[in-house]
Amino acid sequence: MRHAKKIAAVVGAAALLAAAGCGKPATNGNNGNGGTPSAAKQVTACMVLDTGGVDDHSFNQGSWAGLQAAAKDNPNIKPSYVSSNSQNDYTPNLTTETNKGCDTVIAVGGLMGTAVAKIAKANPNQHYAEIDAPSSGSNVYGLQYNTAQGAFLGGYLAAGMTKTGKVATFGGLNIPPVTIYMDGFWEGVQYYNQKNHKNVKVLGWNEQNQKAGTFANSFTDLNKGKQISQAFIQQGADIIFPVAGGTGLGAGAAAQASNGHVNVIWVDTDGCTSAPQYCKYFITSVTKGLTTSVKQYADKVAAGTFPSGNYIGTLANGGTGLAPFHQWDSKVPSALKSQLDQIKSDIMSGKIKITSPSQPK
Amino acid sequence: MTQATSEAAAAASEPVPPAGEHEPPRRASAWNTILVTLLAFVTAMAIGAVLIAISDQATRSAASYFFSWPWDTFTNAGHAIANAYTALFEGAIFNPTTAANGTLAGYLGPISETLTNATPLILGGLSVGLAFRAGLFNIGGQGQIIMGAVFAGYVGFHWHMPAGLHVLAGIAAGMLGGALWGGLSGWLKAHTGAHEVITTIMLNYIAYSLLAYLLSVKGFQAPPYGQAISNPVEPNAMLFPLFGSSMRVNAGLFIALIAAAAVWWLLKYSTLGFRLRAVGANQFAARTAGMSVERSYTTVMVLAGLLCGLAGVTQILGVNTQITNDIDAGIGFDAITVALLGRANPVGIVFAGLLFGALHAGGSQMQTYTPIDLVQVIQSLIVLFIAAPAVIRAIFRMKASGAGVGAELAKGWNG
Repeated sequence: MRHAKKIAAVVGAAALLAAAGCGKPATNGNNGNGGTPSAAKQVTACMVLDTGGVDDHSFNQGSWAGLQAAAKDNPNIKPSYVSSNSQNDYTPNLTTETNKGCDTVIAVGGLMGTAVAKIAKANPNQHYAEIDAPSSGSNVYGLQYNTAQGAFLGGYLAAGMTKTGKVATFGGLNIPPVTIYMDGFWEGVQYYNQKNHKNVKVLGWNEQNQKAGTFANSFTDLNKGKQISQAFIQQGADIIFPVAGGTGLGAGAAAQASNGHVNVIWVDTDGCTSAPQYCKYFITSVTKGLTTSVKQYADKVAAGTFPSGNYIGTLANGGTGLAPFHQWDSKVPSALKSQLDQIKSDIMSGKIKITSPSQPK
Repeated sequence: MTQATSEAAAAASEPVPPAGEHEPPRRASAWNTILVTLLAFVTAMAIGAVLIAISDQATRSAASYFFSWPWDTFTNAGHAIANAYTALFEGAIFNPTTAANGTLAGYLGPISETLTNATPLILGGLSVGLAFRAGLFNIGGQGQIIMGAVFAGYVGFHWHMPAGLHVLAGIAAGMLGGALWGGLSGWLKAHTGAHEVITTIMLNYIAYSLLAYLLSVKGFQAPPYGQAISNPVEPNAMLFPLFGSSMRVNAGLFIALIAAAAVWWLLKYSTLGFRLRAVGANQFAARTAGMSVERSYTTVMVLAGLLCGLAGVTQILGVNTQITNDIDAGIGFDAITVALLGRANPVGIVFAGLLFGALHAGGSQMQTYTPIDLVQVIQSLIVLFIAAPAVIRAIFRMKASGAGVGAELAKGWNG
């Protein structure tokens, strides 16, 4: 049938022409790979991402942003990434990047830990960095984050801001990278109660009972997040700390539905950047410094030094903390702000001990 | 061999198809099947090429001045397509760059990756294909693979046994896990009439959540309990690598090929296989002929689950040493397309598994030039064209020959 052919041709042509205009060709040649010889040596930094894609609004995106930021500041850094579709892709992706002759291979995701350890042992001259798992050898740099410290500040802030005397938190899954945040939040509230002789309650989590707690069993189900948040609101909570990726956006939706009566503390990234539609309801965000620490690592590699051992993101080195208050800046009392500064330095000096069992050692 | 003819033969209570005067049309029809499959592949690659060109940044910017200088658009598109498909070839078949190292892994690495990826796909495809032949649609590959991997993995890291024995115990445990999970659906279908599509999907969710729970239980979860990942399987329990430790292809490939041979024999020569095909062709006729339809449903789902359990075994004892939430890696669903492409025929499934294995292996190399999702689009297009052979015949102006190709695909297996 001629029709089928015609249709195929028309669709193809239309697709190309959709973007086509009548402009002029750009003047720069497109075979310019020879380029101008640069004084400094070029370094290739290759990233193996976990499942979820480069645009996951979270883990992969934050890590890749760090590498891109480094490349923007220093054009000698050549960044690239490969994604993993499933656990099966970890080893082949790491092998591909190793064979490609990358100066460093950055593995994003703690589940890749064993695969990285194995390939690093087989290629002792290749440098690796591994996010969310400890270093397994002299050629592997482990980057981990003690987000309980940042979440402690978030918990204290929530306790100071609540009008109902009840705050709530829920997780995506009962796994340590999630519950470490909930632990820190819970501890922050307890510390507030102790310092100010108050009795603010935490719904959804208790550090002393690690098996119980409220979990959505999903990092993507927005409706489930909204449902859980509404249940919390009915129990009297007016500040919610969701630790559940995209599911947490349901808390934003619930806050919106409450007309500002209920508000949210966001997690991982600055919520006003990653989910700007709910910025109005985000008092602040407890951050995990993926972008900062990956950039620092890439900068060091570009300077010719390959760090080894472990990096642990803390309040002191910017590996975790609170994002700016944005629209809430005027609403958070300055007394509370200065108390937070004090607590931050107390955690850094070790005066306040964080007890979460999920902290990286 | 085509499905329709063989099942007609089965229904006519003649296990071995008659030779003689039926031979020429059968052979012609078989060639027709192969030709349509090949053309479906070529067409899918051609559409894939258009998509690669569209997704290429340089081509898109050149297209903005298409009418004043069209050649840039074509050369850029040509580069993008050539780069992407070269990478696909280098990832799946042969890579001159790594071969230049002179090592065995340099020459055979890509083939090893293709075979490694094909192994669980063949096993999963056999599972779905076998159930198809008995008239059941097994969408429960995911759950059965998870259960197979959980059982095999548990034996692999929790038991301590000598080398040969340990891996055998792991394989047996994986088969048991998958067979239990698959058999449950078959039993429910046989005794309560619950539709297997519903029960297998629900059992997928249950297996997935069970695994999520197990990954938080100390003893199953790996210390220091910082991630949802299981303990690593002991080296004794691992399937041995075929070409040394530098390549991932392992004895799991033999398991897949033996399983394919077994399923082929089962369907072609055994009484059980004949019964299953008869139930698949017409359950009422089979019942009238005195066959137990209920027993056939349970049996075929046990066998289908067992095959998926083996896919789980090759996942955990072959390529991954630790179980995560994602141990089935989408194979449970890819297996359906493999079975479709292989026309539910064991030999066809082996080739379909190899093709999809090659696409998977090449896909991770291709993503340097083009989004990784494109490989999945090409896979889906292949299946789409095979399921609608009329489109391929129309494009290439082929003559239709009998009911032949894809008739059973167009109407569905369970209709």
